[in-house]
Amino acid sequence: MSATEEPQKLYAAREPVFPKRVSGTFRNLKWIILLVTLGIYYITPWIRWDRGPELPDQAVLLDLANRRFFFFWIEIWPHEFYFVAGLLIMAGLGLFLFTSALGRVWCGYSCPQTVWTDLFFTVERWIEGDRNARLRLWNAKWDIRKWRLRLTKWAVWLVISVATGGAWVFYFADAPTLLVDLVTGQAAMVAYATVGILTATTFVFGGFMREQVCIYMCPWPRIQAAMMDEDTITVAYRDWRGEPRGKGKTRETLGDCIDCNACVNVCPVGIDIRDGQQLECITCALCIDACDDIMAKVGKPRGLIDYMALTDEANERAGNPRKSVWKHIFRLRTIIYTVLWSAIGVGLTVMLFIRSDIDMTVAPVRNPQFVVLSDGSIRNTYDVRIRNMTHDESLFQVTVVSDASLQVELEGQEGNTVPVPLDTTYLQRVYVTAPAGSPAAEAERTDFRFWVEDLGTNTRTHTDTTFFGRDTE
Amino acid sequence: MTDTKTPHAEEQKLLAGDPETTGHSWDGIKEFNNPLPRWWLWTFYATIVWALIYTVLYPAWPMVNGATPGILGFSTRANVAEDIQRFDDMNADVRARITEVELAAITPDENPDLYNYAIQGGAATFATWCSQCHGSGAAGVQASGYPNLLDDDWLWGGTIDDIHYTISHGIRNEDDLDARYSEMTAFEGILSDEEIAQVVQYVRNISGQEADATLASAGESVFLDNCAACHMDDGTGDRFLGAPNLTDAIWLYGGSEAAIEETVRHSRFGVMPPWSADASPAGRLSEAEVRSVSVYVHSLGGGE
Repeated sequence: MSATEEPQKLYAAREPVFPKRVSGTFRNLKWIILLVTLGIYYITPWIRWDRGPELPDQAVLLDLANRRFFFFWIEIWPHEFYFVAGLLIMAGLGLFLFTSALGRVWCGYSCPQTVWTDLFFTVERWIEGDRNARLRLWNAKWDIRKWRLRLTKWAVWLVISVATGGAWVFYFADAPTLLVDLVTGQAAMVAYATVGILTATTFVFGGFMREQVCIYMCPWPRIQAAMMDEDTITVAYRDWRGEPRGKGKTRETLGDCIDCNACVNVCPVGIDIRDGQQLECITCALCIDACDDIMAKVGKPRGLIDYMALTDEANERAGNPRKSVWKHIFRLRTIIYTVLWSAIGVGLTVMLFIRSDIDMTVAPVRNPQFVVLSDGSIRNTYDVRIRNMTHDESLFQVTVVSDASLQVELEGQEGNTVPVPLDTTYLQRVYVTAPAGSPAAEAERTDFRFWVEDLGTNTRTHTDTTFFGRDTE
Repeated sequence: MTDTKTPHAEEQKLLAGDPETTGHSWDGIKEFNNPLPRWWLWTFYATIVWALIYTVLYPAWPMVNGATPGILGFSTRANVAEDIQRFDDMNADVRARITEVELAAITPDENPDLYNYAIQGGAATFATWCSQCHGSGAAGVQASGYPNLLDDDWLWGGTIDDIHYTISHGIRNEDDLDARYSEMTAFEGILSDEEIAQVVQYVRNISGQEADATLASAGESVFLDNCAACHMDDGTGDRFLGAPNLTDAIWLYGGSEAAIEETVRHSRFGVMPPWSADASPAGRLSEAEVRSVSVYVHSLGGGE
């Protein structure tokens, strides 16, 4: 650098991207996935599921206030959080599996950033026209027409954004009630704040930041490189077939690429796939559709830009047949991911079916460790928490199993049974007494087992704990 | 533009020439007069302006008695008082009802909301006002004669109403004329040392502890002549007088020979203050609090 040269700028302004409309196989697949994912997102909170009069009838509900997660017939309690952890691990492994097999297929088809940006592009095309019209509008002066088009587009985006933020909060409360509360201004501040934040992020990420979110903000493009290898199927350009590219009728010295830029014009992240694999590429495959369309028009076989793996290039250059897709996909790495993924899935499913409807925890009261009663017997106190996770109120029997003779009394209850309301954790103070002079009363400590039985369903569960006797002093 | 290729170009220029210094020199080491970065300086000025505004608006300058109050009238103490008032207002209805309902009706079945409030609030009141003597676990302190509230032995009665009366008026205090009151005679000088030894062994015997049989049988007549008036002929005590049951396994001050002898010779005089502000001018707790703590104590395992 000479003394007079300007230092290199550390910041480059964004080059706006104006993707052209495209149609074809992958575009159709993307439409279907867009409809399905958005449909799931917007409709799910409105599905009803009858759980009886005292429980919410929303099929999918994250009830933070009562610390419950309802998913159709499944109800997850806080102590069963490992289900959520397991699902998150499965989601992670699933992502690894798909990335190592099919590259950034998550980014290209089902990432919310991609789906909503796609939706926003659709709105943009509908209001402002296709690529050329949008380019002209971009360069046009801010006259009435430009303002009208821009404001219309922003208004539609805003409606979508509000609906997106609004749908999110419905997962956390009864959707019909919350909708009325939101509209009439009676909902909680946190609901409005959440809707506001998600409206803003949807509007800004989907409308303005778009590919910059993927390129600069998202960590996944960095991590995914570690998941991919030479057998990963990804979007690539057959440069050995296409080069040297060039326009013109006489094609003896030229490759199949007619340099029409169709692949560049449709790219939502504004790259040229013919430069090779690059960080910005989300493998949305729209360039494949665009190129296939051109190849059909010029009478060449499709697939100048295509899904393929790195090893295919070497094989095709050497004139050998490429490996089949399934051979690419079934390899040690993907098999290990699949096995791990399935193992956790099977484990969680089994847990779901064998988990108990009742549960107990025992907290011995150790202040004081024991109480001497007037007849000389020794009493210990335990805070027993009984969880009734069934959907019926039920009578629970508390018993003690021990070699020593120990008697059980329940504070405030007749006999050794206690009614526990449905879907509740009930705190019951339990007294265990050893008769005067008995082994447990005189010993330092005696181990015993609490049993709790749901007399409605005859389900039993137990917890081991300790009885402190006189010798503790 | 300066030569950006050479490292530390600015420093070299300064060292080669005659840089401006502050004029300070220590052992030949000079101090450059380098201005602070502008952003730093402005931030510094901004903090000064901020501080001036803050000290006017908020409590700041320490004076002889407290600090300048600040024109916004902000005070953490007032905030706490506001919070307490807010929670009191929220609970006003429950507190009102808890003083109207029969004490015996504050149960999980009949009045679950009142019962929950009484247990939670009573536990807090107990921790604040009662745990100093009775212990945080309500097990008392035998060495000091603070009764264990968890067992099934009560000096003055263990029904919810008995407990409520005891807490309201206290024991053997002069602040409340309705306080439970009794005074055991100190028998030193009234009984001979021999008679005291005999009655101690007798008391140990009727409570089922090891005792000298000869002395104990001789102590029976001493007991009947001097103690039975309050402790009853069979030694089971009298709750009306607060006279303890001497035949059970529970001892307020301990059941050893030494502890019993100390009690017989010098007597005991445990006191408890009155707590109900309604019942006595010395009381510190509202009726709702006294009732809550009564329900709480009654629920600890010994309630009758």
